[in-house]
Amino acid sequence: MILIKNADIINGLDKSVKRADILIVGNKIEKIGIDIKIQNPDLQTIDASGKYVMPSFTDIHCHLRDPGFEYKEDIRSGSLSAVAGGFTTICCMPNTNPPIDNRAMVAYVRYRAREVSPIEVLPIGAITKGLNGEELSEIGLMREEGIVAISDDGKCVMNANLMRNALLYAKDFSIPVISHCEDTNLSEGGQMNLGFVSTMLGLKGIPREAESVIVARDILLAKETKAHLHITHVSTKESVELIRRAKEWGVNVTCDTCPHYISLTEEEVIGFNTNAKVNPPLRTKEDVEALTEAIKEGVIDCITTDHAPHHKDEKNVEFNLAPSGTIGFETAFAVLYTHLVKNRGFEISKLVELLSINPRRIVNLKPNVIVENQKANLVIIDPNREWEVKEEDIISKSKNSVFLGKKLTSYVETVIYEGKILKKDGEIKC
Amino acid sequence: MKHLLGLKDLSKEEILKILNLAKDMKLILKSETKKTPHLQGYSAVLLFYENSTRTRTSFELAAKFMGANTTSISVVTSSVQKGESLLDTVRTLEALKTDILIVRHSFSGAPHFIAKNCSFSVINAGDGMNEHPTQALLDMFTIRERLGKLENLKVAIIGDILHSRVARSNIWGLKKFGNEITVYGPQTLLPPFIDKFANVASSLEEAVTNKDVVIDLRIQLERQKRGLISSKYEYYKFFGLNEDISKFISKDTLIMHPGPVNRGVEISSDIMNLPNCTIEEQVTNGIAVRMAVLYLCTRKGAS
Repeated sequence: MILIKNADIINGLDKSVKRADILIVGNKIEKIGIDIKIQNPDLQTIDASGKYVMPSFTDIHCHLRDPGFEYKEDIRSGSLSAVAGGFTTICCMPNTNPPIDNRAMVAYVRYRAREVSPIEVLPIGAITKGLNGEELSEIGLMREEGIVAISDDGKCVMNANLMRNALLYAKDFSIPVISHCEDTNLSEGGQMNLGFVSTMLGLKGIPREAESVIVARDILLAKETKAHLHITHVSTKESVELIRRAKEWGVNVTCDTCPHYISLTEEEVIGFNTNAKVNPPLRTKEDVEALTEAIKEGVIDCITTDHAPHHKDEKNVEFNLAPSGTIGFETAFAVLYTHLVKNRGFEISKLVELLSINPRRIVNLKPNVIVENQKANLVIIDPNREWEVKEEDIISKSKNSVFLGKKLTSYVETVIYEGKILKKDGEIKC
Repeated sequence: MKHLLGLKDLSKEEILKILNLAKDMKLILKSETKKTPHLQGYSAVLLFYENSTRTRTSFELAAKFMGANTTSISVVTSSVQKGESLLDTVRTLEALKTDILIVRHSFSGAPHFIAKNCSFSVINAGDGMNEHPTQALLDMFTIRERLGKLENLKVAIIGDILHSRVARSNIWGLKKFGNEITVYGPQTLLPPFIDKFANVASSLEEAVTNKDVVIDLRIQLERQKRGLISSKYEYYKFFGLNEDISKFISKDTLIMHPGPVNRGVEISSDIMNLPNCTIEEQVTNGIAVRMAVLYLCTRKGAS
């Protein structure tokens, strides 16, 4: 039995912020009201004065590296990292070894997650067998086993006909196709965004069109097939513009971007910082502005972390040899709060929409809301806490955060999933 | 000065210090014995991940003229072929008591990566498309020696700017002295935003006319497999320093080239034979400049 006192609640149904107490009994929210008084020896009271309570977060794009790359991350370590960031549902991408491209692999992830993860782990199946971009995988069987979407993330399905078939086929199973948009002929050999900084550093650049030409292609295919296309980790102004037009056009398209694309630019690479090597690459100030504006307008539906753990030894190499990716669970909320709410004056409820509501809608999950008789899946946020991202504080097995050394405002203090406290006062309890 | 990684972050004063010292070093080169004890007891290792004749030999001779113990690691016969990482190679070199590492690598930033992970001095002998600082320093030394000054000059850099570490180092270095830099080359070989770093000429004639210095770059044939230029002949006709363009180049204009030269591709033999063409002189000056750099890197913290 948990009693959260004096919380500023954003319930997820509307944008209002209401101060009240929340009583959790078992795995449900029993009561929400003013000044709830309970006499019970098992009662745990949490004083949430000056803090926000909101539905816990869902990430529909992360990498848990299990199976095959457990030295980077595994289902348990990834889940704990997610808990630290306030995520209680995470959808993991299929680029494991072997890849999640068949029913047995989906079953493995589901089984393993039930065994070791305190939160909900939902796999995303591969679009093509072996992520090879040649042949559709057994999407129906994987759906039966529990996938919530399909994606060849990390790779683009370069064959337009195959992508069209994937969109058509996914419709039969009511799941979105998550597209990693990258024309690999344009991006081949590229190390960072093609632009001012790549010229300055002498690194081969990836033109922004490597992303936007595939965004355009996939939009046209989604228009024709009427399938649900979800474009992930959008990073350029042009992609945003194409998606905006597609939505006006009535295409069934949704999209996400990641915290690093709305807060950092290509300049992070200066000094050959391998933690700033991500794919798609960090872009320019103009792109950051366009993405921020698109979030405000609702063109960008949700935020994903693209949590991509890599071992320290893999990142401590020459820039060209470093794998792309940054971890993201633990900093996501604070980055969004700092850049959107604190610096840009966004309403706090916008973050609930981006992290809690819309991601679930996209993969057809029931929304988490803070109302009586609903599952107690919530987070308590201290909006005023300032902290610096330090390697020693990271929960993930990997420490490759592009935000290392950055100062952020707001902190995910407490995480409750199905009535269980998974994190309290900053400490993981599971 | 502990390391020399590039000219981008070097001050004008630091550059001048190297060039002034190189002037003294050139006197040693002109002497009969060509020997000084400045680096006696030091060990200098040359680690070249890319082929090189002039830079490698130049560094090796520079170190030897100053009494250093030198050793050269050819990557083809090293543990790199067994899959050893650069980081582990660096740790091995550290254990072997290396004082100065002279490194050439095909990846931009590799010397910076080494410098972050070692205690010895690192000298960048060319990294990917990023920088080739000693080449730019020897170019600047040659310009000052020939023209008597290093300020307020009009300098053109012609050719494959996109892949050229020589162009980048020269742009960083020469701009610190208030020189006006103009670049020209096929559009496919010009990097984006180059106009933020230099003027971009609209024709070869415009690029070379009224210039104090024309630096012609090697067309990197090994990097041209991706359809950036169509043929060597076409390149020579439209972008090379050929007979047609020579009438636009003043006899007082210094014509420079970092070498090795592709004769009849980026430059004609006739132009190479002109008295204002400094290709061989640059090579000699390169040793003096590298002697100066080696000396300064072994006098860490000394003013």
